[in-house]
Amino acid sequence: MSPAEIRQVIIDILEKIAPDEDLSSLNDEVAFREQMELDSMDFLDIVMELRKLYRIQIPEEDYHHLVTMKSTVDYLTPRLKDA
Amino acid sequence: MTQGISHSERIVLTGVGLTAPNGNNLAEFRQNLLNGVSGVVPYQTRYMGDVLAGVCNFDTLKYQKKKDLRRGTRVGSVSVYCANEAILDSGLDWEAVNRDRVGVYLGITEHGNVETENEVYEISQFQYDTSVWTHHHNPRTVANNPAGEVTINMGITGPHLTIGAACAAGNAGFIQAAQMLKLREVDLAIAGGVSESIHTFGIFASFQSQGALARHDDPTKASRPFDRDRNGIVVAEGGGICTVERLDDALARGAKIYAEIIGYAMNSDAKDFVLPDSNRQEQCIRLALDRAGITPDDVDIVSSHATATEQGDIEESKALRNVFGKSPNVAINNTKSFIGHAMGAAGALELLGNIPSFEDDTVHATINVDHLDPECALDQLVLNHPRKKANIRCILNNSFGMLGINSVLIVKKFDE
Repeated sequence: MSPAEIRQVIIDILEKIAPDEDLSSLNDEVAFREQMELDSMDFLDIVMELRKLYRIQIPEEDYHHLVTMKSTVDYLTPRLKDA
Repeated sequence: MTQGISHSERIVLTGVGLTAPNGNNLAEFRQNLLNGVSGVVPYQTRYMGDVLAGVCNFDTLKYQKKKDLRRGTRVGSVSVYCANEAILDSGLDWEAVNRDRVGVYLGITEHGNVETENEVYEISQFQYDTSVWTHHHNPRTVANNPAGEVTINMGITGPHLTIGAACAAGNAGFIQAAQMLKLREVDLAIAGGVSESIHTFGIFASFQSQGALARHDDPTKASRPFDRDRNGIVVAEGGGICTVERLDDALARGAKIYAEIIGYAMNSDAKDFVLPDSNRQEQCIRLALDRAGITPDDVDIVSSHATATEQGDIEESKALRNVFGKSPNVAINNTKSFIGHAMGAAGALELLGNIPSFEDDTVHATINVDHLDPECALDQLVLNHPRKKANIRCILNNSFGMLGINSVLIVKKFDE
C-alpha cells in the first residue's frame, strides 16, 4: 500500500472508533489525542483493527510511533508495502 | 398498613424512566397496554435465523454519544436512557444533588452473554486467533456493567451494583433500593431492572431446546400466558428504572409520588433449576402481605409473572388461587402477553405499567387468551380487554425466576 492508502486506512479506523469526531480537518503533524477524544482503550482499538485487517502485530514498544497521522503512516509504510 | 411508621422509613417512587417493546415512556407504554398493542415482532438472531422478540426502539443518542454506544453494552444503553428519563421525570434539581449519596441498583437476569457470543463469533472469523479478542470484553462483561455505565454517564459517585436474580430481578432492584434507603446508605436510589437478552442467541436456543420458545404466525399473538394454546416464551429486551426516595425527602421537595413501597419479600424454592414451585411462591406472596400489614382483600391488582410456559402458568395460578381465592375483587393481569418476557426488566416494567391505574381507574388486561387453560381459570383474570375498577389503591407484583428465586413487591397509592 502507498502512504496515501495507509492514511485512508487509518482514517477509516478512526471513523469507526471515534464516530462523533469530524476528521476532515485532521492535522497529520499533530498528535491524535490533541485533536480528538482518544483514550488508551481507543488507541488499542487502532492496534487491534490493524491486526485484524492486515495481520500486523505492533509490539508495545512501538506504540509511540502511532502518535500522529504522519508518524503512524511513516511507521506502517514499510510494514504494509506488500499489503 | 403504614400507620406508626415514620416518614423517614417510608419509601416512595418519584420518577419513572422506561423502555419497553411497546413504549419508550410511561404514558406511551400505558396507552398501549390499555389499547392491546403488542410489541412483539419478527426478529433475526445469529445462527437461528427467524425468531420472535420484543424489541425496543428508544432514542439511543438522547443521552449518549455514538462512541459511548460503541464502547458500552446494549444493556448499558438501556440503563442510561431509563436512568436519565427517571431523573428528568422526578423533577429533581439534578445539578444540586449530592452524587456521593446516590446509589444505582439494577436487577439483571444475566449479563455478559451478548459480548461473549459476539467475540467468539469474531475470533471464529480469524481461525480462533485469540489475539484479536477485544480489550473491551472485560469492562463490557463485568456483572456491574449496566449500573456502572449509568454512574459514568451521570457522574454518580455513590455505590452501584447489579442484582442478579434471574427473572425475579426487577422487583429485586427496587427492594435493594428500599433497603439501602432505610439503612441511610444513600439518600436517592436509581433502581429497577434491565435486559439486553434478545441480543444473545443463546437464550433463544436454550428456550428452544427446552421446548419453551414461543412461535406463532402472527407475532402479536405469540405471547399468550394462561391460554390453552400457548407454546412458550417470547424473549424481550427493555428497562424500567425509578428514582426511589424516603418519604420525608420526597415531601420536602414537593415531589410527585407515583407509589409507596409498602411490602416486599424474596425466598427460594431450594428444589429445581427451572421448574417453579407454587408452595414457595405462595409463601413469598403471604410474607410480602404480612410485612405490608395487609390482607389479600386489600390488594386491587395482582400483576402476574406468568410467562406462557405450561408449568409456570399453572404453578402461579395455584399460588394465586390459594392466596386470593376468596378475594373476588382482586383483578389479575399480565404484561408479558403484550411485550414478551423482558427478563431482568420484566418485574420492573410489569409494575410500572400498572401504576397509572391509581389515576385512570383501569386495570389493563392479559391479552391473547382465546381459550383459557382450565388449570389457570382464575375468576379474577382480566381477559383481553381492560376493566374499569374504582378506587385502585394497591398493586402486588409477582416476579419469579430460574433456580427457584421468588420476589413479590407491593405498592400502594400514596396518601398521608
